[in-house]
Amino acid sequence: MTDTVAPADTPGYEPPIFGDSPEGTHVWQRVPYNPDDYGPVSDFATDFDHGDPAYNPNAPEVWKELRDAKCPVAHSDRYGGMWVPITHDTVHEIAYDTQHFTSRSVVVSVGRPGDLSLPAPIGGAPPITSDPPFHAMARRLLLPAFAPKVIEPWETKVRELCVSLLDRLGDLTAGESIIDAAQQYAQHIPVSVIRQMLGFPEKDEELFRRFVHETLERINEEPGTRTGMDELGQYIFAQIQDHRENPRDDLTSYLMGTQIEGIEMNDEIVGGMVILLLIAGIDTTWSAIGSSLWHLAQHPEDHQRIIDDPEVMTFALEEFLRAYAPVTMARLVAEDTDFHGCPMKKDDWVLLPFPAANRDPHQFEDPDQFIVDRQENRHAAFGLGIHRCIGSNLARLELKVAIEEFVKRFPRFELAGDTRWSVGQIRGPREMPVRILDIAN
Amino acid sequence: MLLRLDAEKCQGHNRCYALAPELFDVDEYGQSVLLVEGDVPAELHAKARLAVSNCPEYAISILVD
Repeated sequence: MTDTVAPADTPGYEPPIFGDSPEGTHVWQRVPYNPDDYGPVSDFATDFDHGDPAYNPNAPEVWKELRDAKCPVAHSDRYGGMWVPITHDTVHEIAYDTQHFTSRSVVVSVGRPGDLSLPAPIGGAPPITSDPPFHAMARRLLLPAFAPKVIEPWETKVRELCVSLLDRLGDLTAGESIIDAAQQYAQHIPVSVIRQMLGFPEKDEELFRRFVHETLERINEEPGTRTGMDELGQYIFAQIQDHRENPRDDLTSYLMGTQIEGIEMNDEIVGGMVILLLIAGIDTTWSAIGSSLWHLAQHPEDHQRIIDDPEVMTFALEEFLRAYAPVTMARLVAEDTDFHGCPMKKDDWVLLPFPAANRDPHQFEDPDQFIVDRQENRHAAFGLGIHRCIGSNLARLELKVAIEEFVKRFPRFELAGDTRWSVGQIRGPREMPVRILDIAN
Repeated sequence: MLLRLDAEKCQGHNRCYALAPELFDVDEYGQSVLLVEGDVPAELHAKARLAVSNCPEYAISILVD
């Protein structure tokens, strides 16, 4: 880690490589692993693969099967070795144990981050890839920017955005028109909000959606082939340069002006944080909005309750987050450990499926029932422990307003064809045709 | 009723502040702050229970009911 920044025109200067990705951190493969050697998953207890396209559409059934088979921790040889706790207790325990489980990489892929990456405990995208004690220092820089009272004033802007997206759907005919609620509505909301917070140009929103796809969905491809990651690094570097020349009142300029323990921020750390905010804030919230609308399209009684009793949103919002939590995180085993009889080896992957924890019958009554006004709901949608999602207040605001405006405009809608779900650690609809049955004037 | 907030356990999920703003505030880092010293007024008992039973980190507890 250096505390000086070489100007871009210095001979021989190479822009830093950013990000929590194999390409960003000089990947190494622990054992030769070729995804083509494996077919579709036939037994999730012994051959778990969240990258199997059949997993996300059926995940709640997979968790239930594992629980019924008394398998609290599944295993897989894929990705060079991976463990998957699925009960609330085991997910909670691993999330809290930062000594045996490092956050150095939080996206499972073919390769692991190599020694040339930013050294632990910083990682490629701090603070999500950081361990104690650096984690707390990096997190403390970001927390004030996402605190509840800083996020609340964004409500007006988010509402205007949602209304304008609905207006942009054009002339619709009740009972006939079909729109894609994931593509035409849900996905645009977090992209636009985080772009405005970071102070990046509006025309680049399409680019961000591609970056997110490269990072989170193409996990089974050969390291080094995900060219989008280089582009992402170069893009962020250009934005940092632009902010250096034209400082402004946004999150990027704020981060560039901060210090950690008296040391000026360098481009690697700022770039890693910006990538984290860009990647982590988009797919996740898009998924939560999409899944919530997917639920409402099939449950008019819950839809009606939200219209009749707007106050119920306080509870409904948390129930959407519990039942349709989009985010599964990951850890690497830091040192050999015996976890309840599972012989975990250093550098094994461990998935942290918070969505599975949210459906554990030992933690939640009738976990597979969506109860719109559930009163006791200690869900883990935003994680547990020191890595609690830093954008949770923003995500909640976007989810709440996105649902409110959609159901206000369309008092009735239904699914109209097959929903296509995402692949990988973020679970949500990527294409979701819905037929509009009623349009508010 | 007496409430206890364990600041070490609080990770800033912001659930208590959303459900019971009369009892909890948040600081500039989003960490929860207990507003009542001593006895929780009877009319806020239900809200206090809600805050307790929605904290994902089990950071809030009822000391005396």
